[in-house]
Amino acid sequence: MPVDRIADPVIPGEEQAAAAAPTLPTLGAAGTARWVWRQLTSMRVALLLLMLLAVVSVPGSILPQRPQAPGRVAAYLRENPDLGAWLDRLGFFDVYASVWFSAVYLLLFVSLVGCILPRVAAHLRGVRARPPRTPRRFDRFETREEIHVDAPAEQVLATAHRALTGPWRRLPRFRVDVRTEPDGSGTLAAERGYLRESGNLVFHLALVGILLSVAGGQLLHYRGQAIVVEGRGFANAVTDYDTFEAGTWFDPSSLVPFTLTLDRFTARFTEDLAARPRDFLAEVSVREPGTEQRAATIRVNHPLTVGGAKVYLQGNGYAPDVTVRDADGEIAFAGPVPFLPQDPQYLSRGVIKVPDVSAGDQIGLVGFLLPTAVITPDGAASVYPQPDDPMLVLTVWRGDLGLDTGVPQNVYELDTAAMSPVLDVDDEAVTVVVAPGQTVELPAGLGTLTWEGLPRFVALDLRHDPALGAILGFAIAAVLGLAVSLFTPRRRLWLRVTPAGEGAADGRTVVAGAALARTDDIGLPAELARLMDAVRALDGRQDR
Amino acid sequence: MSTGELSTILVWGAVTAYAVALIAFATDLARRAEAAARPAREAAATDRVEAQLDGGAVVSGEGAVLARTRVAPGAVGGPGGAEDGADRWVGRALGIAMSTTTLGLALHVVGAVLRGVAAGRVPWANMYEFTLIGSLAAVVTFRVLCLRRDVRFLGTIVIGLSVVALGLGLAAFYVPADAVEPALQSYWLVIHVSIATIATGLFTVAVAASTLQLLKDSWENASPRMLSPRWQVLGTLPSVRSLEALAFRVNAVGFVLWTFTVMAGAIWAEHAWGRYWGWDPKEVWSFVVWVVYAAYLHARTTRGWSGRRAAWFVLVGYATVIFNFTGVNLFFSGKHAYSGLPGED
Repeated sequence: MPVDRIADPVIPGEEQAAAAAPTLPTLGAAGTARWVWRQLTSMRVALLLLMLLAVVSVPGSILPQRPQAPGRVAAYLRENPDLGAWLDRLGFFDVYASVWFSAVYLLLFVSLVGCILPRVAAHLRGVRARPPRTPRRFDRFETREEIHVDAPAEQVLATAHRALTGPWRRLPRFRVDVRTEPDGSGTLAAERGYLRESGNLVFHLALVGILLSVAGGQLLHYRGQAIVVEGRGFANAVTDYDTFEAGTWFDPSSLVPFTLTLDRFTARFTEDLAARPRDFLAEVSVREPGTEQRAATIRVNHPLTVGGAKVYLQGNGYAPDVTVRDADGEIAFAGPVPFLPQDPQYLSRGVIKVPDVSAGDQIGLVGFLLPTAVITPDGAASVYPQPDDPMLVLTVWRGDLGLDTGVPQNVYELDTAAMSPVLDVDDEAVTVVVAPGQTVELPAGLGTLTWEGLPRFVALDLRHDPALGAILGFAIAAVLGLAVSLFTPRRRLWLRVTPAGEGAADGRTVVAGAALARTDDIGLPAELARLMDAVRALDGRQDR
Repeated sequence: MSTGELSTILVWGAVTAYAVALIAFATDLARRAEAAARPAREAAATDRVEAQLDGGAVVSGEGAVLARTRVAPGAVGGPGGAEDGADRWVGRALGIAMSTTTLGLALHVVGAVLRGVAAGRVPWANMYEFTLIGSLAAVVTFRVLCLRRDVRFLGTIVIGLSVVALGLGLAAFYVPADAVEPALQSYWLVIHVSIATIATGLFTVAVAASTLQLLKDSWENASPRMLSPRWQVLGTLPSVRSLEALAFRVNAVGFVLWTFTVMAGAIWAEHAWGRYWGWDPKEVWSFVVWVVYAAYLHARTTRGWSGRRAAWFVLVGYATVIFNFTGVNLFFSGKHAYSGLPGED
């Protein structure tokens, strides 16, 4: 339209107006909106958005991402302070929640909905559509065939109708229309492949369904992590988890108050030095409200379903059970302390905090657990993850643990702000080495430490997402719809049957057929051949 | 000798057979090119167009374009069209290629089965085994397509890629057969990974067809870079349209399988890691692969984007498939750390 306007001849005497021109016709707000909508729902824009979506997904695999690896993001920011700060501002460390990523996929879904809804309406209108009428001439079709049979025209048409409809009347292979033309010949028009568009629409609507279900799940889900030592348990309550997070619409009172006790944990590894894990098995006892206690197992890949939630086995390690007596011989601390594995040989790091001493400094013990210890002049190492020869190697700190400040503390780190290591005469930090069952004196007369036993712990991840079923349902619908839309051929077949006596076909019925496909369809000639064979078979039956 | 060692020897045998097949396929193409270039030379000579014909090194642009119109597609090559000496050679090279491919396939299948027996599980749990099964899927797809129609011209590319994949697998990714860690002990290993590898095999066959489609299209439009008479071989291939249709057909199956792979992966992730989608690098790249192939399917039906541009999507899509398989396993740290190679996170 603007082009026409510019091409208008300039009328003399109107130079001034022409100088102000070319004025583009204004679309108006509604017009602009319509134009934008039409662009957005066009296939071309959908295509561009798809390509853009592929491109904007990539940075999230290259840069560390906060939700998955906050530690690595922090390290990246330390190493690249300038670039990192900008990347952080632009959301590159949480790509999949960033404004630009969300904008691309939301626009894509708007485009999809805008494109699909009119097509759904059109398809629903077309559901009752009849096959297009038989064309006058067949010679423009590539796939065509003409045969002569003895069977009368009505019988040919009836047989062809049956052959095309197939065994199920309610779910015909082809839609078939039979007519009698003014010239006395009978015609048959058949079409199949309506499911192609149905599958296409189901696929796209299922994608919208997946997106909405995922969003719903985000609002309603909860997940918590708990570390449970052998012989101990936990209750399903927000306060009993080490970490807990939930969606905006989650209601804490909806937690089913079951209890779970870890009876035993077994780990198996390959016998060689690589010690690759082979099997992890947690045996637990579960008691749901109003039911008997029952035994259950949790494995990797086999979560336990309890109280509407799933409990996953996410990690494991050792929690040495120690008793610390202070200088007065009073028990200042007793219990298992989880040590976190650092390598495949389960060299584990942990902190024993002893705040409740009778008098004097609080005690902090930091160090390593070695399940199969080998001590060399270079240091201590673990050579196998099973507790064949366990050893605790601890350094001793004294001072204020800082537990009374009210600030939440990491239980796996010692806050050394107000603490100092206990040194020996050479000003070296004193290292205490303990074997199971041993009691050792802590340096500087701080007391004693007894290693009572070596239970294992498991890290459990408990999760509830009410949208899972819906997501699965939509995913299945999407795959099925996609397969139907890609593999259903859309075909049209026509027959023109001229009764005997009218043509020059030696007194036989002339059956001419033609077939047409919407897309490349290697099965099309075979489809027509099958139909013609069914017609030919009529003669054979008559002979008998 | 253990079962695992026997499997490795058989796979080496398969690579050797494929290498022979590759040479035979390439010979076949060269013979076809030669046979196709002959009329071109004659045409160039009769038309007295400036041409250096010694050794068939250079034919001027005009002569080549002229010749293109004279070589009927499919006129040369194939056992049916063997008439003179060179054409008999064509038939023989192709025959050797197909029989060594079948022999290699047999060794390949037995090698893969024995690998599974040796490890006591399905043989697709580390990178070596992915190359083993991915190339197997590509060759099987090629071989099955050959039963239904003559797509032997894809042999050079499909077998070439398989030789590279298997050779790389044996030389760089090889680890002895062994059981798997707890995270992989699931029937989803059987479903998710096998479908993913089969999809990769299908994408490999489709990319071969799309590559030929692009080459032939350029050649038919007299691209100045394709004036050499050896490109005449493209004239013996099926039409650009049928190459496109073949690529689409195979990609469509591959795309459905890939969609299933991603969804099965999400279900497995839900079982093993407690979340169905976590933007792990492997998940990101599987998503990218899916989006690129989805864009390809849309491009095919969009005016101005079908044909050549759509074919480029197939090439980009295949590049993402290959990167998802190699780059993501080797460069990124994520939960899909299953190359089985030392030094991995």
